[in-house]
Amino acid sequence: MWSISKIASLVHEWLSNTFSATWVTVFEMVIAGVLVISLFAVLGLILVMMERKVSAWIQIRLGPNRVGPKGMFQSAADTVKLLVKEGMTPNGADKLLFNVAPFLAIVVSMLLMAPLAFAKDFTLWDINIGVLYVSAISSVSVISILMAGWASNNKYSLMGAMRSGAQIVSYELSAGLSIMAIVVLTGSLNFNDIILSQADGWWIFKGHLPIWIAFIVFLIAVTAETNRAPFDLAEAESELTAGFHTEYSGMKFALFFLAEYVNVFIVCAIGATLFLGGWMPFHIGHWDGFNHIMDFIPSSLWFFGKTFFLIFLIMWFRWSFPRLRIDQLLNLEWKYLLPISMVNILLVTAMAILKWHF
Amino acid sequence: MYLVNYIKEVLSALRSLLIGMRRTLFYFTHHKEIITEQYPDNRATLKLADRFKGEVVMPHNENNEHRCTGCTACELACPNGTIKVITKFDITPEGKKKKAIDKLVYHLELCTMCNLCVYACPSDAIKMAQTFEHSVFDRNQLTKVLNFPDSKIMDGVE
Amino acid sequence: MVEEIGTTQDGDLIINVGPQHPATHGVLHLVITLHGETIKKVEPHLGYIHRSIEKMCESLTYRQFIYVTSRMDYLSSHINNHGCALLVERAMQIEVPARAQVIRVLMDELTRIASHELWWGAMAMDLGAFTPFFHAFREREMINEIMEDTCGARLTMNYMVPGGVQEDIHPDFVRKVKEFIALFKRKVDEYDEMVTDNIIFRKRMENVGVISAADAISYGLSGPSLRGSGVSCDVRKYYPYDVYNQVQFEEIIETGGDSLARYMVRIREMKQSISIIEQLLDGIPDGDFCAKTKAVIKLPKGEFYQRVETARGELGIYVVSEGATTPYRIKFRSPGFSNLSALDHMARGSKIGDLVAMMGTLDLVIPDIDR
Repeated sequence: MWSISKIASLVHEWLSNTFSATWVTVFEMVIAGVLVISLFAVLGLILVMMERKVSAWIQIRLGPNRVGPKGMFQSAADTVKLLVKEGMTPNGADKLLFNVAPFLAIVVSMLLMAPLAFAKDFTLWDINIGVLYVSAISSVSVISILMAGWASNNKYSLMGAMRSGAQIVSYELSAGLSIMAIVVLTGSLNFNDIILSQADGWWIFKGHLPIWIAFIVFLIAVTAETNRAPFDLAEAESELTAGFHTEYSGMKFALFFLAEYVNVFIVCAIGATLFLGGWMPFHIGHWDGFNHIMDFIPSSLWFFGKTFFLIFLIMWFRWSFPRLRIDQLLNLEWKYLLPISMVNILLVTAMAILKWHF
Repeated sequence: MYLVNYIKEVLSALRSLLIGMRRTLFYFTHHKEIITEQYPDNRATLKLADRFKGEVVMPHNENNEHRCTGCTACELACPNGTIKVITKFDITPEGKKKKAIDKLVYHLELCTMCNLCVYACPSDAIKMAQTFEHSVFDRNQLTKVLNFPDSKIMDGVE
Repeated sequence: MVEEIGTTQDGDLIINVGPQHPATHGVLHLVITLHGETIKKVEPHLGYIHRSIEKMCESLTYRQFIYVTSRMDYLSSHINNHGCALLVERAMQIEVPARAQVIRVLMDELTRIASHELWWGAMAMDLGAFTPFFHAFREREMINEIMEDTCGARLTMNYMVPGGVQEDIHPDFVRKVKEFIALFKRKVDEYDEMVTDNIIFRKRMENVGVISAADAISYGLSGPSLRGSGVSCDVRKYYPYDVYNQVQFEEIIETGGDSLARYMVRIREMKQSISIIEQLLDGIPDGDFCAKTKAVIKLPKGEFYQRVETARGELGIYVVSEGATTPYRIKFRSPGFSNLSALDHMARGSKIGDLVAMMGTLDLVIPDIDR
C-alpha cells in the first residue's frame, strides 16, 4: 500500500542513487520547503473555505456558492483579489517594522510545522525536544503582533497589540501546563515517541479525568493563543475595528490572515498528536481484529481527520460565543485555568507514579 | 466550602457554554432551517406582495385609455414634488373645451414610495407597481411620463 | 518629551470611535478619553446624519409630514407615524373607527417586536457573537413580510394617516401573524440558550453601565432603558392611546439598572407584545378602517403635544399651529437623543469593551438621535 512515508523514502532513494550526498541534502531541503509553502497555501484556502461554510450553516445561511462547484474556489478568488490589491504603508508608520511584521508572523508558523508528525515515519524534523521547541517558538508570534501594532502608529492597533501581548503571554502558561500532563505520562518530549506511546489507546481514553481536564484547558488556551473568538480581543472588531491589523491591506493583511489559520491548524495538530494519538489509528486494547481493520486506514488520514475535528471545534466556539472583556480574559486565565491546570498536573503526576492509567 | 463553590461555578459556566454549542450544532446539521433567498436566481419564482410599493404607474386599458382627469390631487399630495401634471384642453365632440392631461411627469429618483398620491387620487388613475429593479445608467431615464402617447381619458371618468 | 498627537496632558489616549466604526451602527461619533483600557470620558459628537426633519416638516402639510417621521427612528416607523396621526386627530377631534384603532395597535406591537429582534441581534453582534444576528433576522423577516403585505413597505411604512390607516389589512394578515407567533414562541427559548444564559454574555452585562433610578430620570432616559433602572414610565400605561387601555399587559420593570436589566426588559417586552397581539388578533372589529376627513387639514391655532411609546422610549411630538395647513414649528422629543446623553455617565470608569455593551443596551438608532 502507498503511504506518504513510502513515497518519501522512494524519493530519497532515487536522489541518493543519482546525486552525491551533499546535493541530496540540498534537494531534499528545497523539496521540503516547497512542500511546506504549498501546504500553507492549501491549508489557507481550505480553512478559510471551511470557516465560511461552518459559519454559514450555523447562521442559517448558504455560504459562498458562486465561484466554482458549490463555491469551492471562493477562497482562491479572494486570494487573487488580495494579491492584486495595493499593499499600503501608512505615512506615519515605522516602515521597516510595519513591513517585516507579517512576514515574521508567517515565519513563526512555518517553523512550528517542522516537528509535526504528519503520518507514520513522516516528520520534517524528528527532533527529540519537539514539545519544548513548539512551546518556545509559538511564543515568538506575539512579537509579530506587537510589532504590527506598534509600527502602525494607530491607537486601535496599539491597543490590540497590547491586549494580544497580555493574552498570549498569560495563556502560554496553561497551554504549556496541559501539554506537560502528557509529557509526564509519556516521559518524552519527542512527538513520535508520544504518538507511539498511544498505540494501545489514545491518551484521552487512557488518562481518565485529569487528561480530559488537561484537554479542555488546552483547547481553551490555544483558542486564546491563536486570537480566535471568543478570545479575539486583539482584533475585536466592535471595539477596535480590526485591532493590530487595522492599517494592513492587500497581501500583508493576507499574510496575517493566513498565519492565523495556519496557527489554528498547528495547535490543533499538536492537540491531536498529544491527546488523540496523532496518526495512530483507533485501537481498543486487545481486539486484534478490530485494530487490524483500523490499521488499513492510512495514517495521514487519521492525522488530518483528528486535526480537522479539533479545528471544527475551535470554529464552532467562534460562532457560538460572545467575546470576553480584557479583564475577564485575564481573570479566566489566572483565577481559573492556571490553578486548575496546576492541580491537574499534580494529579497526572500522581497517576503516572502510581501507574493508574491504562 | 470555597472550593465547592469554585468547582460549581466552573461547572455551571461550562454547562451554559455547552447548551449554546448544542444549539449552534443543531443549526449546523439541520440545513432545512436555511432561509437564504438566492435573489437573482429566483427571479422567475419571486413574488412580491401585491401591495408592494415599487413605483407609481398609470394603468391603461386595451384602447389606450386611462382614468386620469388631470385634477392635480396627486401633485398636491406629494411631499417632494415627484409628480408634475401638465394639462391641456381637449375639444369635445360637442365643441366644448375640456381639461385633460398632456403629460403626467413622474420623477422616480425623487419618489419615496409614500403612497400619498395614490391615496389622494379621486379616480383611481394611478397605482403602485410591484417592480423594484429600478437602476439605470442614465439619471434622465428615471424621469418618466406615466400616460402613454396618444392615450385618452376613459369614458365616464369625471 | 515629544508631544504625541491625540493624547491629553496626563498621557491619556483620545480615541475617535466613529463616525465610521463597526460598533456605532451608523454615523455616531464618540470621542473617548482612555486611560489604558479604562474610559475616562465619552463625548458624543452629533450631526453626521442631520437632515433637518423638523424644519422640513414646517413646509409639509399635516398629511405629508407623517412620511418623514418614518425616517427618524426607522425601526419603529409605524409608531412614529402613529404618534403624528394621533396628534392631528386630537387637534381636529377626529373620531377614529374601532377597526383602525385595533389595526394600529397591532402594527405598533409588531413593529416593537421587529425592533427588539434587530436590537437583540445587533447587541449580540457587538459583543462578538455573530450567529444571533442572523437568527434574529429570521423572525424579523416574517414581520417584515406581514408589513409588506399590508403596508407595501418593509421599513418606511407611512401606513397611518389622520383618521385611521391607509388601507385595510391584507386578507392573509391574521393567518400570517398567527404563524409568526407560533414561530416566535418556538424560537424565543433559543435566545436564552444562545445568548441570555451564556456565562460570557452574563459576565459582559452584569454590573456594566449601571445607572441609578434618580440619575436615569435626571438624564431624561425613557422606555426600556429607564425601566431597566426600576422606574415605571410606560406611555402605553400612563397616557393610553387607541385601544391600549382595553388590553391587558404588564409593564416590564427590572431593578438592576445595569446592562443586563435593560437587556431583560427588552426580552420580556417582546413576550408582552405577543400577548397584546394575541388579545387583539381574533377580535378585530368590523367597520371602516379610516374616518372621513376633510381633504385639507388645518389644525386650529394652538400648541399640541402627543407622546407615544416607541421601541426605544417616549417619542414626543410638539406642534405649534398658526391655523394654517402646515405647522408653524414642530419639535420631536426623540428617545434616542436623551438616552445617548446618559452614556458618558454610565461609561466613566469602565473598560472600552463595556462601551459597546452600554451602547447596545441603550439601543441607539443614530437617525433618531440626529433627525
